[in-house]
Amino acid sequence: MKEYFLDLWDAVSSTATGMAITLRHLFMKNETQQYLSDEKPETRWNSVIVPEGLLQDRSRMRLYVKMEDCIGCLQCEKVCPVDCITISTEKRQKTELPIFAANGQGIKQRVVQFDIDMSLCCYCNLCVYPCPTDCIVMTPEYEFAERDKTNFLYRFAKDKATPPEPPEEKKEAEPVAAG
Amino acid sequence: MGLQRPALEAKISNLLSIPVVAGAAGALVVCALLPQIAELIREQLSANFSPTMAKLAATAIGVGAVVFLITQLPIFLIWWERKIAAHIQDRLGPMRVGWHGVLQSFADGLKLLFKEDIIADGADRFLFKLAPFLVVMGAFSAFAVLPWADGLVISDLNIGVLYVIAITSFGAIGILMAGWASNNKYALYGGMRSAAQMVSYEIPTAIIILSVVVQVGSLNLQDIIAAQQGGFGDFQNWFIFRAWGLNVIGFVSFFICGLAETNRNPFDIPEAESELVAGYHTEYSGMRFALFFLAEYGAMFFVAGVAVVLFLGGWSGPVFSGPLVFFLKILAIVFVQMWIRWTLPRLRVDQMMALCWKYLIPIAFVVLMGAAVLQASGG
Repeated sequence: MKEYFLDLWDAVSSTATGMAITLRHLFMKNETQQYLSDEKPETRWNSVIVPEGLLQDRSRMRLYVKMEDCIGCLQCEKVCPVDCITISTEKRQKTELPIFAANGQGIKQRVVQFDIDMSLCCYCNLCVYPCPTDCIVMTPEYEFAERDKTNFLYRFAKDKATPPEPPEEKKEAEPVAAG
Repeated sequence: MGLQRPALEAKISNLLSIPVVAGAAGALVVCALLPQIAELIREQLSANFSPTMAKLAATAIGVGAVVFLITQLPIFLIWWERKIAAHIQDRLGPMRVGWHGVLQSFADGLKLLFKEDIIADGADRFLFKLAPFLVVMGAFSAFAVLPWADGLVISDLNIGVLYVIAITSFGAIGILMAGWASNNKYALYGGMRSAAQMVSYEIPTAIIILSVVVQVGSLNLQDIIAAQQGGFGDFQNWFIFRAWGLNVIGFVSFFICGLAETNRNPFDIPEAESELVAGYHTEYSGMRFALFFLAEYGAMFFVAGVAVVLFLGGWSGPVFSGPLVFFLKILAIVFVQMWIRWTLPRLRVDQMMALCWKYLIPIAFVVLMGAAVLQASGG
């Protein structure tokens, strides 16, 4: 008999607790960030200016690669869960001028292809973490819809692959024309 | 082009929401002036028609007004519920269609109107089509006895309470019919559960209503309200403040039963979406689905109205009296219904039955007996 009333009291008090919590949340500041069509990041030639409070601190938007810093280590390509990054490199010759990334790391590879298919990208940010030279970054740009899907294939590589040296033509001794 | 497309859309929908908000404000003004308007109409009718015709026409106008109210009210209630739900979960809810999303329900209604009306293969076509109308009929015809002001009631039945008890269980037939006719196991389960639930919760509801009837000595809803008038600030005599707190227990039990009878959370077992897809209206689409929705919100509003009439003084409110006060009190109860919906998880079927048979019915009997004893001893 005692349990019966204890159960009743439990039900009433726990419901009251729950309702107090939900009532408090009813008047709390909400977390939703509305999609603003008037304000948007302004793209300048070398930077993106984001209005204060427009984006969350950890927003993940369009990827960008600073090709000057890329050392061609392929770590971003390996870590990408959807395989949207395709990189191909070739070895720089010893004879070439030594170049360095912004953090002083020597660039031993020439990146001849650095493609990111943004239609596949899942904005997980995983490629940004392993990059030893911080050259692959998430920019604050978020409005980049395209009508043609192929436009989402961003090609960042600036260097051209050195064309394979033409095989040395063996100079066959031309048969001396019989005179 | 000056405005970008999203900004233009926002501007248009904001402009469109002006008449809606103005209409809602106008409805409140009309509600406040309802007794005067009704008096005016009555004078005009009795001057122009024979007494029988005048009475008939007055009833027809009343029915039209109430049907208009019940069909338009869900537009507001659905938007309101979505807003409450969103803010309880720290979200914003509908914000895009109109000012703070006030046109959202219109957009959804329009969508439902244009949707294809599918009747599943193997369904019992006649019953399938009939069911939503029965549900709506049960929900709407209950409003006939709801008193809006002194003399402002469509049908002033002297057995009004009995009518309320009878007509609220009418919806169970429609729901069971919908579940059966859909030829779908989820729909059938939903219908069966709903029938079991409604039949069970009828009993405590009726007993608690009876406890109020014992204190009044009349089955007429207007008499029940008249018994609660007067006192300090016009609210001292409300039944919820009388009988040494016994009626508070009665009110809470009635409120819980009301939630169960309208299939609201935490008693929405007939439409438990995680178990039964959507319950009895799984197979319904388009306008027929909208009718079920309409009936649900109509029933919600009606149950809140009965709770207000029985325990909170009906239209004789604190300080002011009239339809507007009644309306606002009902909205307050409806708010609590929504608040509870977004607080409590759904009960299991056996828990729901245990709550009814093991807790609510004994409590209801205690309340009834206490009320009877107090009444007999002149309290």
